[in-house]
Amino acid sequence: MTNNDVVVTGLGATTPLGGDVASTWDGLLNGRSGISRIEAEWVEKYELPARIAGQLAVEPTEILPRVEARRLDRSEQVALVAARQAWADAGLDKDAVDPERLGVVVGTGIGGALTLLHQDDLIETQGLRKVSPLTVPMLMPNGPAAHVGLDLGAQAGVHAPVSACASGSEALAWAWRMLRAGEADVVVAGGAEACITTITMAGFAQARTVSTRNDEPERASRPFDADRDGFVLGEGAGIMVLERAEYAAARGARVYARLAGAGTSSDGYHITGPHPEGIGQMRAIKAALRTAGLSPEEVGHVNAHATATVVGDVAETISVRRAIGDHAVVTAPKGALGHLLGAAGAVEGIATVLSIRDGLVPPTLNLENLDPKVELDVVAGEPRKVRLDAAVSNSFGFGGHNVTLAFTSA
Amino acid sequence: MSNEDIQKGLAEIVEEVAGVAANEVTEEKSFVDDLDIDSLSMVEIAVQAEDKFGVKIPDEQLANLKTVGDAVNYIATNK
Repeated sequence: MTNNDVVVTGLGATTPLGGDVASTWDGLLNGRSGISRIEAEWVEKYELPARIAGQLAVEPTEILPRVEARRLDRSEQVALVAARQAWADAGLDKDAVDPERLGVVVGTGIGGALTLLHQDDLIETQGLRKVSPLTVPMLMPNGPAAHVGLDLGAQAGVHAPVSACASGSEALAWAWRMLRAGEADVVVAGGAEACITTITMAGFAQARTVSTRNDEPERASRPFDADRDGFVLGEGAGIMVLERAEYAAARGARVYARLAGAGTSSDGYHITGPHPEGIGQMRAIKAALRTAGLSPEEVGHVNAHATATVVGDVAETISVRRAIGDHAVVTAPKGALGHLLGAAGAVEGIATVLSIRDGLVPPTLNLENLDPKVELDVVAGEPRKVRLDAAVSNSFGFGGHNVTLAFTSA
Repeated sequence: MSNEDIQKGLAEIVEEVAGVAANEVTEEKSFVDDLDIDSLSMVEIAVQAEDKFGVKIPDEQLANLKTVGDAVNYIATNK
């Protein structure tokens, strides 16, 4: 282990399955669904074809003080909730960490869409003077990162990668690079998203990417299943505390796992669709293994991006088979969580870390009939007990962004 | 409306916007130095005060309202 190896020492999350990491992990292992009907009037008003979503189990306004919450977009609220959990979980003392050696990287796919739409309503109905002076800091996509950075007083750099559904993983990859380069001792990193609203739901529906199984919300998100019909939009945040191994060891920190490698690539192929043969994805996976010093045979588990779109799940099958093989145990958490867009990779990274810790791979919810084109060992029904030394988590985003993170046991 | 009523109403707005307890919002307090209210929150407080008291508080006037007392007097004079 070199000095700048990267270890995971703290985890935080708020998701459709629960308000923290423990309840989310419990939900994944026990096959609970976080998907429910959207009760808001706008789904009827605009006749939206998809009326289901992975809505937060715990409202962030129940956690944050009222005045703090009203100054934050919902995407910023969830980022802060998860970051504070992760920080507490790491057992770090703010006074003991040199602020110039503390970084933050929090990505989001969409940013403050709820604020943008709400403030637009205000200017249209009540005029300029009712527009909040906090509008811009609430809607900017670096808002979640900036608020976490401000909360911690981080001065080694605060960054906000925006790469659609790969943002959360890209943030962790960025943090990994900062630590490997010796630019910081501690980096708080992950993703946040909260954009379940008219325009996003309408836009995804118009792109024909979302499930319309409105009568059975809990069965709607079906990664790798033959009857899948698109993803289900979700919201939430996942944050990890990453440290240089040497720094963590010196303070006697509890280590969950190592973030041993990270690979990123771009398809250069299509704005929304993946390369049908998963070429870019394959390069990201291979890069993650190379940087981690892992051979394909050593990878025991793949936490798949699999969103439950018809095309995407098959492309990932091809890339995983080519880069790793068919021996790894695969799961797709989006069956239970829905698709948390920019938070997805961070929450799924956390699940991957916990799979290594517990030797348990959660089932893919709603996987009843494996698509014959998916020639992989996908866990369904019950969690699979498997000793894991190394596992990868995939995230791919609109725009052709591919990120793979490689975790190894502590 | 008495100055006391104005101060009470203003204190409610400050509590709502900035989370400062209403009983802390007394005449001698400076919005920035004593109550730790930033310029963005001051804009929001001014808009709510305009609605509540039926006054206009132009930006150049807002800049002069350093203390709670300044604001109460301005509102009392201009409403």
